[in-house]
Amino acid sequence: MDKVGIVLVSHSYDIVKGLKTLLNQVQPDVQIAIAGGDNGGIGTSAPAIMEAIESVYSEKGVVVLFDLGSALLNTEMAFEMLGEDRRIQIADAPLVEGAYAGVVEAGFGNSIEEVVEACENARHVKKINR
Amino acid sequence: MKLTIARAKEWMLTFNQRIQEEKDHLTELDQAIGDGDHGLNMARGFQEVVKKIEPTNYDTLDALFKDVAMTLISKVGGASGPLYGTAFLRLSTALKAESEANREKFVEGLKAALDGIKARGKAHRGDKTMVDVWEPVVDYVQSQSTIHLSQLNELAKEKMEETKDLEAKMGRASYLGKRSIGTIDPGAASSYLLFASLADCFQKGEMD
Repeated sequence: MDKVGIVLVSHSYDIVKGLKTLLNQVQPDVQIAIAGGDNGGIGTSAPAIMEAIESVYSEKGVVVLFDLGSALLNTEMAFEMLGEDRRIQIADAPLVEGAYAGVVEAGFGNSIEEVVEACENARHVKKINR
Repeated sequence: MKLTIARAKEWMLTFNQRIQEEKDHLTELDQAIGDGDHGLNMARGFQEVVKKIEPTNYDTLDALFKDVAMTLISKVGGASGPLYGTAFLRLSTALKAESEANREKFVEGLKAALDGIKARGKAHRGDKTMVDVWEPVVDYVQSQSTIHLSQLNELAKEKMEETKDLEAKMGRASYLGKRSIGTIDPGAASSYLLFASLADCFQKGEMD
């Protein structure tokens, strides 16, 4: 894998399942994994996030995007369990717009830092020019 | 106040019992200011903890608390899984390879657990979270030359009740702003039960 991988974390499986389908269409060459829901219901799970990261992990690294509140806690928990030597970063970005920008950036083969920056810049993009 | 493996196990079993008894109360608190799953999550998580640790023979405290932590991390959703999970993971690390912990060592472990909770949740005292119970309790056991279990219990209870008057700064409850005032924080309530169970277990046995 010569591109940064992307992991999408949400309280809802359906949200990230749909988002992954959308992103695969935008850029099919970037590896995307999802961790949505907890034990079949709403929530997030550190082991599920860990597994998702492992499944798309490479030397290039993995960027994780999340939706709300405790998704961040569980993502940080997963990072702690994976160990400090991994190239993994969390992007503080809106999930849909951020992941879209991140996948495009990763598709160019750019570095993990550039992918995180692309995700986070999505916060400032105006959707309507008034 | 020596923590043996038997007593650590009893602590967890007693805590589970209290959680099961108070499940509906914790849920009510969380329905008022959170997403309403704290009682259910904790009850399910500690049921699994007991299932795991009760039949297992442990040689060291860290192995026991690591099992507690990993069970909570994998079985408890929401914020309480990673928060309680981190607490027990740090406690486990602090008690590495120890088959029993003297008071000093145990207090060190509780402080490490508190630091873990604060690092994970990024909450400070006064934010209306479990930290509002944990921090004063850890301060108390660190600073007193003699720990009175009834005082520890009372302090935890008092600090839990004080969260009622606070405005939530963290988690789902913070969306409510001032409307979060008037309800006890569910995480503070379960943390009180944790320390009440601890006091209970030591009261039953000998103290030093």
